[in-house]
Parts: sequence; structure tokens; C-alpha cells
Amino acid sequence: MLFVLKRLLFGLALLVGVVVLNFLLIRLAPGDAAAVIAGEMGGASEEILARIRSEYGLDKPILVQLGIYLADVLRGDLGQSYYFNQPVTALIAARIGPTILLVLTAQLFAIGLGVFMGVLAARRPQGWLSATVAVLSTVGYAAPVFWTGIMLTILFASMLPLFPVEGMVSARFDGNAFDYALDVAHHLVLPALTLGIIFLAQYARLSRAAMIEVLGADYVRTARAKGVRERSVVFKHALRNAVLPILTVAGLQFGNLISGALLVETVFNWPGMGRLAFESILRRDYPLLLGVLFFSALMVIVANLLTDLSYRLADPRIDQEGRRA
Amino acid sequence: MSAVTERPAAAPARPVSPFGEAWRMFRSNRPALFGLVLLGAIVAAVGYGTLFHPADPYEIVWAPLAAPGEAEGVPLGTDYIGRDILAGLLKGGGPTLAVGAAAALITVAIGITVGALAGFFGGWIDNLLMRLTEFFQVLPALLFAMVLVTLFSPSLTTIAVAIGVVSWPQTARLTRAEFLRIRELEYVTAARAVGARNGRIIGRVILPNALPPLIVSATLTVGVAILFEAGLSFLGLGDPNTMSWGLMIGANRAYILEAWWPVTFPGLAIFLTVLAVSLVGDGLNDAFNPKLRQR
Repeated sequence: MLFVLKRLLFGLALLVGVVVLNFLLIRLAPGDAAAVIAGEMGGASEEILARIRSEYGLDKPILVQLGIYLADVLRGDLGQSYYFNQPVTALIAARIGPTILLVLTAQLFAIGLGVFMGVLAARRPQGWLSATVAVLSTVGYAAPVFWTGIMLTILFASMLPLFPVEGMVSARFDGNAFDYALDVAHHLVLPALTLGIIFLAQYARLSRAAMIEVLGADYVRTARAKGVRERSVVFKHALRNAVLPILTVAGLQFGNLISGALLVETVFNWPGMGRLAFESILRRDYPLLLGVLFFSALMVIVANLLTDLSYRLADPRIDQEGRRA
Repeated sequence: MSAVTERPAAAPARPVSPFGEAWRMFRSNRPALFGLVLLGAIVAAVGYGTLFHPADPYEIVWAPLAAPGEAEGVPLGTDYIGRDILAGLLKGGGPTLAVGAAAALITVAIGITVGALAGFFGGWIDNLLMRLTEFFQVLPALLFAMVLVTLFSPSLTTIAVAIGVVSWPQTARLTRAEFLRIRELEYVTAARAVGARNGRIIGRVILPNALPPLIVSATLTVGVAILFEAGLSFLGLGDPNTMSWGLMIGANRAYILEAWWPVTFPGLAIFLTVLAVSLVGDGLNDAFNPKLRQR
């Protein structure tokens, strides 16, 4: 319990750090901070600039400004997008769901298929599947994710029209909730595949290495000697003990997944936070951009917390301080 | 072990430096050599290719979206406003490679400094620096880089610095782990005993011995940095006055259903470059850690 509380507090501290960073970024940027907040593209009117100055207390000492900013964030106020003329939190709330859906689907696909491939490859370390995993992990890493997405778009838009290449829902959609879910799932295939491919090979490579090590352990030999069926030896005795390094990497990948989602959403017009970040850059909409940074960091922090917690579920030997007993 | 037995018994035992040994391993590694040759070819093409194809990448030379081979002297076709794609590839590779290399240098410089200080001094310094590292790992790197580049106007320098600022944590962790391991070794104690100062122990005693894994990581960082640069340019955050591979993909994106070539070739260029760099990195890794090769 103490450990959980500690991690929770540290997560909160990190979040405060992100808020302070956001605050500093706006002030460090060249030019008048009020103009930066309003967004340079529009050429904001003097009226709006004056409103921003009083709202953010830009004429007050910097520590007071930081206090105002922190208090605002605590109240759930991340500022105003002057382009969309809406609060940043409202804009992000509408877009965070699709991003989480995309990121989790890609992650599950990558872990599921990757670990399965890795486990099979580990049984023959010199076999063709091992070679495939090695090639795939080098190739998958080297292809820029947005380019893979574009190549898939070309393939599926013209030659093989199986999956939609744009958006999250069909334009002329009027069905019940079930049809809606099916339609979203149909649109999800290509973006999730594109995003998952980069990580798939990494998980395959990692779980292959972990499994090769575990399959050589004494308890695996014992299990085999007892006459336990091979499938059960591999998937129960061995895989359980190889799961920890996979979990660790899965937790660390969340930041990269969100970075990747940013590009994938832009390619496939997926209406998530990444697409929002792209739009806010085009419009120099800094409060919105920094809001996306804040919520992305929040997602990573939550994912890290969940990873920490799942460690103990995966391996009860890990003690209160998070060390191996 | 086999290297020792293969050597004829009569030959005088010549001391082999770890780097010489690594080069021997590297040379016998086919994928790594292929990577090195590929990388050399790409650098040569980017550096001297304009001698053989002296076209201006900004000049409109033909009708928009001419297919490869359709127009004479434009082997890879034209982009959406009729510019020579091959010329763009040759011209755009320079900034991509330069930013990749510069960003990797910045990443490694920050990462080694932070990791070395944390690993060497330990205690509260370690604690503070590692919390800082965790903080940076919480920020999705590409998004953070986007924010930095947007706020501080896009130029090649800003982009390289932004990529460096967001991607050092891994190098820092690796350096710290190496320093934690090496600082307990006897030759470090010996250096202390003869009165070497901290700065000297860090820079001249521990760091050289921590180099092999750091070199591998630095190589792989170049690949990551190139992908970053491409991603930023693709999103329109590159230096607007400089041709680059990512920019070419981003600019031609709207026309992919009419023409595949303007986006395919720059993407292939990025892919092959990163592939070459990571093959070399993997080769170095195997060369420095022969034990891992059996896996």
C-alpha cells in the first residue's frame, strides 16, 4: 500500500512538473507572452490581448503568475483556444477517447502477436521464424511510421479496398450502437496496424530472448521430465516467468506510442489528440498545443502507474520498495 | 575462446586492443558490413550525387506528377508542382543527415553528462538527476519536440537541439548503469589511491571503459534522430527554406492517390538510411559483446 501511495505521489509531482514546464515554455518563447497565448496567426485584437494580460496576470511578478496558472490548472482550466474560441479542456475531452482507443488497440495487437511470435521463435532459436523476427525488428524500426501509413493508404485505397483509409466513422452513418462500434472497428484496422507494426517486432524480439533464457531453466526441465504437455510447459511454466521484461518494455513504450499516434492520426485523419496537436501547430494555437502535451504526459504517467501495479500481480516476489526479493 | 585456439601457437602473442578485436568481429558480420556499405553509398550520393544529376530541386522542370521515366532527364518523376524528385532526394539528404548527426551528438552529450554525474556521485545527486530523467521520459518525445520547434521558430539548429533535448534520457540511464558498475572496480580505486581528482576519474578512467555500449547507443540514436527529423518535417515543422526528405513526403501527401512516387522515394531514402545505421549499430553491439552473439 505504501508503495502504491509513493508512486501516486511521485506521479502527481511529475504532473506538477509538466504544468510548470508549460508555464515556462510560454514565457521563454520569443515575443510578447500575451501574443503567444493568443496565437500569432490571427493577429489578435488589442482587446483580446488586454483580456489575456489581466486573466494571466502578465503584469504581475513571475511567481504570482505561476501561482495563478497552477490554480487555474487545478480548477481544470488549461486556458482558452483563441482559434476555436473554446476552453482547451473541452476541446481535448472530445479528442482523447479516439487516441486512447488507437493507442491501446495498437499496443494490444503488438504485444499479443509479438509475444506469440517470440514464443514460437524461441523454441527454435536458429529457425526460420527466428530469422523472420530478427529481420522484421530491424525493418520495422527503420520505416518511418507516417510513411508506412501512407504506403498502406495507397495499397488499400486503390488496389485492395478492404478497409477505409480515412476518419473514424463513415460519413453517412445512421445505425444503432452495435453498428457504430463495428464501423469504428473497421476504420481502426489500418491506423492500429500501422502504429502496432513498429512495436510488434520489438516485442517479438524481446520475448524471444526472454523465452530462450527461461526455457533453459531447471524448472522447465523438471516440468518436461514430469511429463507436462509441451504446450503447457511453454505457455504456463515458461511464459509466466518471461513476462516481466515484456511488461517493463510495454510500460516504457507508452510515450513512444503516443508520439507515433500523433503521426498516424495525421495520416489517417483519425480525430484524436495528435490530429488536434497538428491543427494547433498550423494555427500557432499554443494553449491548445500545451494542453495536448499536458494530457499526453498524464496518459503516460497513468500508464506507468498501472505498469508498476501490474508488476506485483505478475511477480509477487517483488517487495514493497519495488525490488526483487 | 575460438579466436585464441585458431591462432598458430608459434606466432608471438600481440596484444589486441578491444577496438581492434571489435573490428575483427564487425568485419565478419555480413549484415553489419552491408549496413556500412549502404550508409557509405547514401552519404556519397548525398554529398556528390549532384555532380551526376546537376538539377535544381526547386525548379519546375516538367508537368506536375510526371511518372518515373515519363520525362527525359527526370528518372524518378516530378512532384505535385513539377519539380525533379531525384534532385530533391539528393539535395534533401544533406539536411536530414546533418540534423540526424547533430541531434545524436547533442543527445549523447547531455545523456553522458547526466548519467556520468548521477552514476559517479550517487546519493542525492543521483536521486535528483534520475527524477529529472524520469520527468523527461514522461513527455512523449515527438510531441515535446514539436512544442519546442513551434515555440522557437523552425530552423535546422532548433530542430537538432529540440531532438537532443527530448531524447537524452535513455543514454543517461545507460551511462549511469555503466558508471555504477565501473566505479567499484579496482582500477578506479587505484586511481583514487594515487590522488586522481574526480574530474579525471570520470573523464579519463571510467568514461573510456564505458565507451563500447555508449558507442552502440550513439549509433542507434542517429537513426532515431533521422526518424524524428523526418516526422517533424512531415508535419510541416521543418525548416521551411530547406528541402528535406520528410518535407517532400508531407508536401506531396495530398496527391498520393494520383501518384505514388513523390512520397515513396523519399520514404525509401529515410528507410534505407535508418536501416543502414541500425545494421551498423547492431553489428557494433555484437562486436563489443561477443557473448550475446549466440542468441
